Amino acid sequence: MTAGALLLVAAAVFSIGLFGVLARRHAIGVLVSIELMFNAVNLAVAAIAWSRGLVAGVVLVLFGIAITVAEIAIGLALVLLAARVRKTSVLDDLDTLRG
Amino acid sequence: MIPALVTLCGPLAAFALIGLLPPLRRAGRPAALLSIAGIAVAALASGIQAVPYFRGVAAPATYEFLWAPLTGAPSIRFGLLVDGLSASMAALVALIALLVQVYSLAYMASEKPASLGRYYAYQAFFAFAMLGLVLSHNLLQTYVFWEMVGLGSYLLIGFFWERPEAGRAALKAFWTTRLGDVGFALGILVLWGAAGTFTFTELFAKVGGGAVAGSALSLGLAGITLGAMGKSAQFPFHVWLPDAMEGPTPVSALIHAATMVAAGVYLMVRVAPLLSHAPELMSAIFAIGVLTAFLAATMALVESDIKRVLAFSTVSQLGFMMAAVGSGGAGAAYFHLLTHAFFKALLFLTAGSLIHAVGSNDLFKMGRLARAMPVTAACFAAGALALAGIVPTAGFFSKDEILASVLAGGHPLGFALLVLTAGITAFYIGRAFFLAMLGSHDAEGHAHESPAAMTAPMAVLAVLALVGGALAPSIPRLFAGTIAPPAFEPETAPVFVPILGTLAALSGLALSWLAYQRRSFDPGAVRRAVGPVATLLERRYFVDDAFELVYRRAYLGLSSVVGWFDRYVVDGLVNAATWMTWLVAGRLRGMQNGRVQDALYAVAAGLVLLAWLALGR
Repeated sequence: MTAGALLLVAAAVFSIGLFGVLARRHAIGVLVSIELMFNAVNLAVAAIAWSRGLVAGVVLVLFGIAITVAEIAIGLALVLLAARVRKTSVLDDLDTLRG
Repeated sequence: MIPALVTLCGPLAAFALIGLLPPLRRAGRPAALLSIAGIAVAALASGIQAVPYFRGVAAPATYEFLWAPLTGAPSIRFGLLVDGLSASMAALVALIALLVQVYSLAYMASEKPASLGRYYAYQAFFAFAMLGLVLSHNLLQTYVFWEMVGLGSYLLIGFFWERPEAGRAALKAFWTTRLGDVGFALGILVLWGAAGTFTFTELFAKVGGGAVAGSALSLGLAGITLGAMGKSAQFPFHVWLPDAMEGPTPVSALIHAATMVAAGVYLMVRVAPLLSHAPELMSAIFAIGVLTAFLAATMALVESDIKRVLAFSTVSQLGFMMAAVGSGGAGAAYFHLLTHAFFKALLFLTAGSLIHAVGSNDLFKMGRLARAMPVTAACFAAGALALAGIVPTAGFFSKDEILASVLAGGHPLGFALLVLTAGITAFYIGRAFFLAMLGSHDAEGHAHESPAAMTAPMAVLAVLALVGGALAPSIPRLFAGTIAPPAFEPETAPVFVPILGTLAALSGLALSWLAYQRRSFDPGAVRRAVGPVATLLERRYFVDDAFELVYRRAYLGLSSVVGWFDRYVVDGLVNAATWMTWLVAGRLRGMQNGRVQDALYAVAAGLVLLAWLALGR
């Protein structure tokens, strides 16, 4: 398997994630899609680091995964809070910022 | 130089103390006494200072310090100039101010203490400003004090601020004189631009050396003349002076007879050495002076308010002085300024005494007051004789000099008109005297002689009005002691000049005696016979109406057009911009639907667009 094929897979996963972020109606689904996009980026970084033999790239990926975990914890907390206060987790109903 | 500083500091210190210490001001009488003490010091100092100049044994002296040092332009200096002209004028101003302030002590006795204190604060301020104006050694400083004098006049005319007429008269006086002062300011700047100096001494030297272009000199002097016309109430700026009679009568005596209105003539006499370089301007000044003298005298004929008769008389006499300046007789003008200050201040003070007794300004409500008020009547008679120019009073000598200088200046027509005006002058002052003092019926109220504080200043002025003619030989000596001594040739006036003047005065007095004392003919019938002319005089030649028309129609009309333009075009543009913003915003706000994913679509689309722009092309 070449780095090019790995990048193609990463692009595909990123696109699937982007589609999910834009199209899912439920906040949990959007969060999951965001995870997909993150991991696509991680995959791309890892693939390039592997093909060039750079250890630093692998370390960067590990950092990225750790930050993703922290971020998703905050995201889930926000979604739970929104569900408790606004009685909904559907994004189309959370439109208080409209002009 | 010390006396000049003391002269200035006396009233200034009094004003500062009264102004800065409210308890003193509210106490009234102590403030009055302090102000009188200040002006007495000034009168003493300026008198001592003036004596050598009257004797002709003193040279001009200048004292100056740097006010605003400038590089690349002439520095502005603050200075005092003491010469024959300013020393004698300062002595006159301080003397009249002292007499008027003493007189006011009794005249204003019924005022509340607080307003008495306010009155004396204004008086001290005015005295300081007027003395500063007289002693200024440059045009810029003159202008500063000139405006301070105008402010003092404004405050004192509007002293009885409870009366709306007083407030209006104060504003009218201020704005009318300001109109001339615009010309004054421009004139100073033009002269500065041409000669590069404000100082009289340097200005005279540069003009004498031919270093100043004739056109710029004429223009600058014309501006200064405008300022003098405004202050000295020359036609058509005379409209403010009759209205200024709303102020207390002592104020009229000081400001609107002896000092401030004479400041215009004083300034013209001061710059007279320059005027000879602008002959056209001199002709214009002469014409304005003669016109003012004649028109104002005729307006005094039909006035029934004693103070306004005197106000028109002042305008007329100032016209005489301007005519003298215009015909090249600055010395005659200045002589008449001095004697006029004596007899006109005297007439105003006696008028104040009459008003004090009768409680009215109306001549027709007075009558047979001579019996109850002998001192006032005698003083009024002295002033009237001096104003009419009867031998040997002060007015005779100075008016004679003016007539002689006008004739020597080559203006036979103006001479004839001034002689006629002298006759009219004698008639209207005789009319006032006979109506108020003798007449056929008793005055209203209980007339009584005024207290000594009022009669004593009147008596001093009466003596001066009677013997002031003795100053005549001093005038050439005073002028020889100025910074620009004129080449004086003793004028030998034709002998018919004093005879004509005296004849005119006597016939005027006789006519008024026939009309108002003997009742040989009915003045009312004369008035009816010349109906339109009398109406013209009573409406004051419609000059006030013309001013009002210009103001109401032209000025306010223009204002309303400009106002409409501002309201609907300038403001309209701004409002239209606001309205457009609201309209567009109303449409665009729909884009912000508050949905996160729609915003993210836009972000994604933007990213794709940027990527396409960066890579795809």
